[in-house]
Amino acid sequence: MKIHLENVVKTFESFQAVKGVSLDIESGELVALLGPSGSGKTTILRMVAGLEYADGGAIHFGDQDATDIPVRDRGVGFVFQHYALFPHMTVADNIAFGMKVSKVKRDRAAIDSRVADLLRLVRLEGLGDRFPAQISGGQRQRVALARALSVDPKVLLLDEPFGALDANVRRDLRRWLREIHSELGITTLFVTHDQEEALDLADRVVILKDGQIVQQGTPQEVCRDPKSAFVMKFLGDANVIAAEVKDGRAHVGGLSIEAAGVADGRGELYARPRDIDWSVEGPGIAAEITRVLDRADGRRVLATTGAGEALEFDVEPERVVKAGDAGFVTLRRAKVFCATLRLP
Amino acid sequence: MSTVSTRRKPPRVGDAPLFRRLMIGIVVVLVALVIIAPLVIIGVEAFSKGWQLYRDTVIHPDTLHAVMLTVLAALIAVPVNTVFGIAAAWAITKFDFWGKRFLLVVIEIPFSVSPIVAGVAYLFVYGLQGLFGPWLDAHDIKILFAVPGIIIASMFVTAPFVARELIPLMQAQGRDLEEASTSLGASGWRTFFSVTLPNVKWALLYGVILCNARVMGEFGAVSVVSGNIRGQTNTLPLHIELLYHDYNATGAFAAASILALIAVFTIIAKVALERQGAGRVRKTDNPAEKTS
Amino acid sequence: MRRRNVLPGLPLSLGVTLFYVGLIVVLPLAALAFKAASLGFEDYWRIVSSSRAVASYRVTVLSALGATVFNLFFGLSLAWVITRYRFPGRRIIDAVVDLPFALPTAVAGIALTALFANSGWFGSVLEGLGIKVAYTPIGIMIAMCFTSLPFIVRTVQPVLEDLDPALEEAAQSLGGSDWTIFRKVILPLLAPALLAGVSLSFARCLGEFGAIIFIAGNQPMSTEITALLIFIRLEEYDYQAAAAIASVLLLAAFFMLAVTNWLQARALRYTVKG
Repeated sequence: MKIHLENVVKTFESFQAVKGVSLDIESGELVALLGPSGSGKTTILRMVAGLEYADGGAIHFGDQDATDIPVRDRGVGFVFQHYALFPHMTVADNIAFGMKVSKVKRDRAAIDSRVADLLRLVRLEGLGDRFPAQISGGQRQRVALARALSVDPKVLLLDEPFGALDANVRRDLRRWLREIHSELGITTLFVTHDQEEALDLADRVVILKDGQIVQQGTPQEVCRDPKSAFVMKFLGDANVIAAEVKDGRAHVGGLSIEAAGVADGRGELYARPRDIDWSVEGPGIAAEITRVLDRADGRRVLATTGAGEALEFDVEPERVVKAGDAGFVTLRRAKVFCATLRLP
Repeated sequence: MSTVSTRRKPPRVGDAPLFRRLMIGIVVVLVALVIIAPLVIIGVEAFSKGWQLYRDTVIHPDTLHAVMLTVLAALIAVPVNTVFGIAAAWAITKFDFWGKRFLLVVIEIPFSVSPIVAGVAYLFVYGLQGLFGPWLDAHDIKILFAVPGIIIASMFVTAPFVARELIPLMQAQGRDLEEASTSLGASGWRTFFSVTLPNVKWALLYGVILCNARVMGEFGAVSVVSGNIRGQTNTLPLHIELLYHDYNATGAFAAASILALIAVFTIIAKVALERQGAGRVRKTDNPAEKTS
Repeated sequence: MRRRNVLPGLPLSLGVTLFYVGLIVVLPLAALAFKAASLGFEDYWRIVSSSRAVASYRVTVLSALGATVFNLFFGLSLAWVITRYRFPGRRIIDAVVDLPFALPTAVAGIALTALFANSGWFGSVLEGLGIKVAYTPIGIMIAMCFTSLPFIVRTVQPVLEDLDPALEEAAQSLGGSDWTIFRKVILPLLAPALLAGVSLSFARCLGEFGAIIFIAGNQPMSTEITALLIFIRLEEYDYQAAAAIASVLLLAAFFMLAVTNWLQARALRYTVKG
């Protein structure tokens, strides 16, 4: 089921949570809505579900205008952030609930066998008689998914699906959700504030800020070609170095970096920690090492440039560096953006 | 916590043995004097002239009639207030609307208003000198100084009981469960009966029991609107007053012992329900966030 | 702009609520206010400031104050003992604290009268000490104490239970004595709840009727509470006077309601973690 959002607006009290968002989600696609808190991502998800009504704009499911269809008739499966499992029902009863209340009457045996199928799908065979309080967080998450899938939704929506789980469980569940998605091929939209989660899991990532889409594309597109300093910073650690832009190139400390399309004047270089090299001799940007952090996968160096900018970059574990060393940094890769106003 | 031996822990504030014993001693004595003694004296006085007189008072037609009227008032006022309490809790906790905080305060008003004031207020609605009095009189409908007046006055005094047990709990539980149920296709009624109600049933019952105790024991408001007609508009508390002022103290205490018994049962039921988690909203009461 | 609700049932539930509150609560109180207002200011003032009425306010407010102060100490001690100490009979005490709420006021009234009458268990002892309780303002105070005791216990108890032990431990590690810690750490944290309980308790005392009329002498000018005066005016068919004096109690109730709500809002601001 293809989903189409057209200039959707939502205001709470006086706060405009979503400011005219248009978005297309192809049938069978797995899309992540990624953004910091307050970016409007959950509100968009809830509007697609019908748990909020848009104040303006339209939401289409396929050819059908779904803007005004109430959630109970919209045919979506929704996985709540804290799962919202019915605490007084067993796991099996939770999963069966949607089928029992459905207008399509099913007999007891049909429901039971469907519940068994779903329990198998989410690998919870044998836990049907437990209550939600008696299973682990990761298991609850899977029950919530099974319950959402039980009504054969046209669209699956997940609100911070792994937010409440610890890192290891989260990684496993992520792989597993991807498998389920490939198996069922259901159009899926999920919300997260965790860029790694969005990049690992989604076919396409939609990045939001202050109720608007700032960039969207495949993980490769958004990672390799961030269109703004915000996206660059939000997707991962980035070092910021002031530079002078002239005729499509940024200049700093004897380095000259490609900056096509950036207006002449003050600019900023953004570089990932892995894209910075350290050498004792120039050319490069003069810097002094302030601290060296040893980590399992390498050495992280903290340094300060001559201009007083703090830098973080990685060197090979064997590299001999220590605090107080002076030297030069060069940039293997960097993106240049117009200077934003920053406090000194 | 309570089962862990406190002896091996460092003392908390106020755990000095002497202070502790002193505090417990004072409180136990005061509770015995202030709370237990009145309960005991009811029993003692009720049976002071022997079992025979007690029995005679209790099965006297006027007493029985008062019991019947009290039960009738409870049978009507409690369910009505229960429906009201559920409706108010649903509206207030599941939706946002203008004036919600004000509505919450208005619902609590009956707790602050003296029952006598409530009774007087009803006089000015349904009494002859009140708003509807002349009209009611012309159509020969008796509300005041009759059973309907007693029931309506009881409803006023006990209106907030169920609502105020449900509202904090349903507030704490949030809307997630209802939204989940609706997203799975359940109707409003189905959502209420299958999802909301099972999670608030103990709090609901708690409110109902407290409401019932108050309806059965209401005195001030009822004494204004009832007219105190023996064998007709006398509830049990009013009957007690009547007997007492007739210099039939033993009879009054015999009738009072029935209400005291109801009070004791109410307390027992209350404790039992509190074990089920009713009566107090704790931080972990949000079932959506409960961890094992 | 479209404003619709996702969950169903707002019109029905809000409709039922507003209808019921309107009919049962607002209408009668409005009728009472209307009746009192229709008196005209001079008549109204004459009635509510008559010496008998003023005497009734005096005895009601003073007794309520006395009862509330007693309950402040007793209620706090009771809550403290129930939450902080483990001893046989603790659960029973915890349970019977609610008895004053569960026991009908008329029943409490005759029971207290029997206890404190000259020939009663307590009355005869106190008589020996030269203290008369029944049919005096002290009797009124005792009846008020009884009916309003649970308010303070039940508002303080949950806060005391949820008090983070780490706060006391921190104060202990800084070298505070028990009394200092109680005064400087525990009491300030309890204060909002304690004050809310006090205002609830005081409001209840002002309006109490059933428990008092049996034990009070009901003598005009000395042991006649305001609620009783209203009742007497009604029995005299002086409805205007009843309305006027009732409106005074109603205003007092609204005032206390406002105070309580304000205090509870403060208490919440204190206890709810952000």
